[in-house]
Amino acid sequence: MSLKSGQSRTAAVFIAPSLIPLVLFLILPMLAAGVLSFTTWDLLSPPTWVGFENFKALLHDANFRNALQNTLIFIAGYLPLVYILGLSAALALDRKFKGSMALRAAFFLPVITSWVIVALLWKWILNPNGGVVNSALHLFGIQGPGWWTSKSWAMISVIVPSAWKDLGWVMLILLAGLQAIPPEYKEAAAIDGASKRQILLHITLPLLTPASFFVLVISLINNFQVFDQIWIMTSGGPEGSTSVIVEQIVKNSFAYGKMGYASAMSMSLFAIIMAVTVIQIRLQKKWVNYA
Amino acid sequence: MKGMKSKFWAAGIAGLLIASVGLVSNTVAAASKTTINFFTFTAVPDHMKDLQAMVAAFEKKNPTIHVNIQSASYADYWTKLKTRVAGNQTPDAFELNYENFVTYAAAGTLLDLSKESKKDKSFKKSIYYGKAYDVFNLRGKQYGVPASFSTVVLYYNKDLFKAAGVEAPKANWDWSDEASASAALKAKLPAGTYADFQPTQFWEFYKVLGQAGGSFLSADKKTALFNKQPGINALNWLVGKTVAGYTPTKAQMGTLADDAMFKAGKIAMYHSGIWLFDSFKDAPFGWDIAVEPGGVSPGNHFFANAVVASAKSKYPNASWKWAQFMTSDPAAIKIRLGANWEIPAISNKATLSSYLSKTPPANRAAVFEALKNPVTPPVIRQQNEMQDVVNAWLEKALNGSISVTEALNSAAKDVNAILAKE
Repeated sequence: MSLKSGQSRTAAVFIAPSLIPLVLFLILPMLAAGVLSFTTWDLLSPPTWVGFENFKALLHDANFRNALQNTLIFIAGYLPLVYILGLSAALALDRKFKGSMALRAAFFLPVITSWVIVALLWKWILNPNGGVVNSALHLFGIQGPGWWTSKSWAMISVIVPSAWKDLGWVMLILLAGLQAIPPEYKEAAAIDGASKRQILLHITLPLLTPASFFVLVISLINNFQVFDQIWIMTSGGPEGSTSVIVEQIVKNSFAYGKMGYASAMSMSLFAIIMAVTVIQIRLQKKWVNYA
Repeated sequence: MKGMKSKFWAAGIAGLLIASVGLVSNTVAAASKTTINFFTFTAVPDHMKDLQAMVAAFEKKNPTIHVNIQSASYADYWTKLKTRVAGNQTPDAFELNYENFVTYAAAGTLLDLSKESKKDKSFKKSIYYGKAYDVFNLRGKQYGVPASFSTVVLYYNKDLFKAAGVEAPKANWDWSDEASASAALKAKLPAGTYADFQPTQFWEFYKVLGQAGGSFLSADKKTALFNKQPGINALNWLVGKTVAGYTPTKAQMGTLADDAMFKAGKIAMYHSGIWLFDSFKDAPFGWDIAVEPGGVSPGNHFFANAVVASAKSKYPNASWKWAQFMTSDPAAIKIRLGANWEIPAISNKATLSSYLSKTPPANRAAVFEALKNPVTPPVIRQQNEMQDVVNAWLEKALNGSISVTEALNSAAKDVNAILAKE
């Protein structure tokens, strides 16, 4: 369907307010980062072209490897946790009862709260010295761990607040998915004698796969870029145990003045996210049920 | 009616004339006045009013120059400054600490002030404290004039010492005296109160290395030397404090900052900067300072901040005049001293008497005593990267993940790799 010239103008007027900032603040900087990844630039003197040197150096960078590994560990811990919690909340709130709306709002509240506040709150909850959790453990005679000061516990200390903050968003998407499932399917299954567990496993969850797929794609894209909570709670420590890719990009660009190298990291991250997303889209045919 | 109309027109024309005369005179004044941008971090957050007072005094003396103050907190300053330089918006004059000075000077960002100072016949470099002036010289070019300097001293909680029956620190103490006092204090102090606080990190390590008789880098700055025996002794000294339980671990500190712990009376001896004097003035206990104990030799931090000018400034002369005024003019020095805004880097000690007479601490003379044995930070172009690399290995040694020797050898290897690219 082609547009008439008048319609094109109208379309342009409506698209421009979002397209112009998108080009100026996203597309152009991305292209610039692409070019910069082939240079060395300390921000103070002009960039110098170095070809693929930054990408070659990345292959031998132990810090980048550690950051990539930690990012994957974060995702592996966060994703199942946030999905299970979000799904449980969605299933529990997929009915009307007194206070259900207030509960939905309460679960969603952390989503719209700044990471600075959430991270500081959890840093306090998990404070090794007199924090809420360790004080509670102490009542049972248990010596709590060092949480964000311990290299064994620091990643868990970041994963738990992340899942807590995002579960409201996952709940919302899954709740919308649950409400889109025609009730006739469940009713028919119940008449045929299916138990609640059977209905959940064989009707609800399969028909929820489009919403689950959406949650998976968006969560992976977001969490490969995990940064705020890490920066505020641990700054990548202790001993690099929570160092992640974006934290390395920020350090290399602004602290070390290695903007070209940091851009190469950004481009590599972009390629990883793109590859993971394409694989997910390809694989969806095998498990996502759009019936 | 006709008369009213003509009066209306006359008033309108007169108004327009007055407005245009005002506009022209403003334009003329603006055209004849040079405006320079000055970017500061040392005035944030406590001394913005003092800086404004300095600017007012400067503009009174130099009516053709207007100084436009721009500011950022220390945490944000370096990112903002770098992006401003990258965006060709470098402020005409700005502040640099010695640690960041080489990065900017080597990149050609800074104006060689010697050219301007030579034109200025009233200028004498002897007005500045020699060491502070010289550190802002790179390859024979003077890129900055020192604004202030500071050092680190040993704060101590008099009440805790008295309660534990331990003799207070003295200027002639060395590491063994400090260790003995720490052991005696630890035996008497309640749980959760610590004898000593000296963190294992880059800033303490290079100083303690100096006290141990070592050097961080070779004279040509091409090789790391800190993994030799003095470095091993220095790191053992720092790590040993935490292992012995004199200095709290990060888990024991939790969300409490070290200065807050001292202020809460939970640390008996505290190695920290003189910039904390003001924040401890209301502490609910008696406190004083002493020169930090030395190892085989005394050694104390020497930190300096300078005012520099942009190599691309359209107003190099006005920027020079402001830099010189802010750092050495008697009016500016008076404001700085009155506000307790670090120590001006001037050579005339009589001028500094007002600083010495203030209490607490009673022993302010220790500040100048400490500056007799200055240890300047090792500074290279990739300064932040070097600091992070060293800190990462020191942290592993502190946590016992690897040995002190292993940590220093690994750190030296990484620092050498950075130096090879300088």
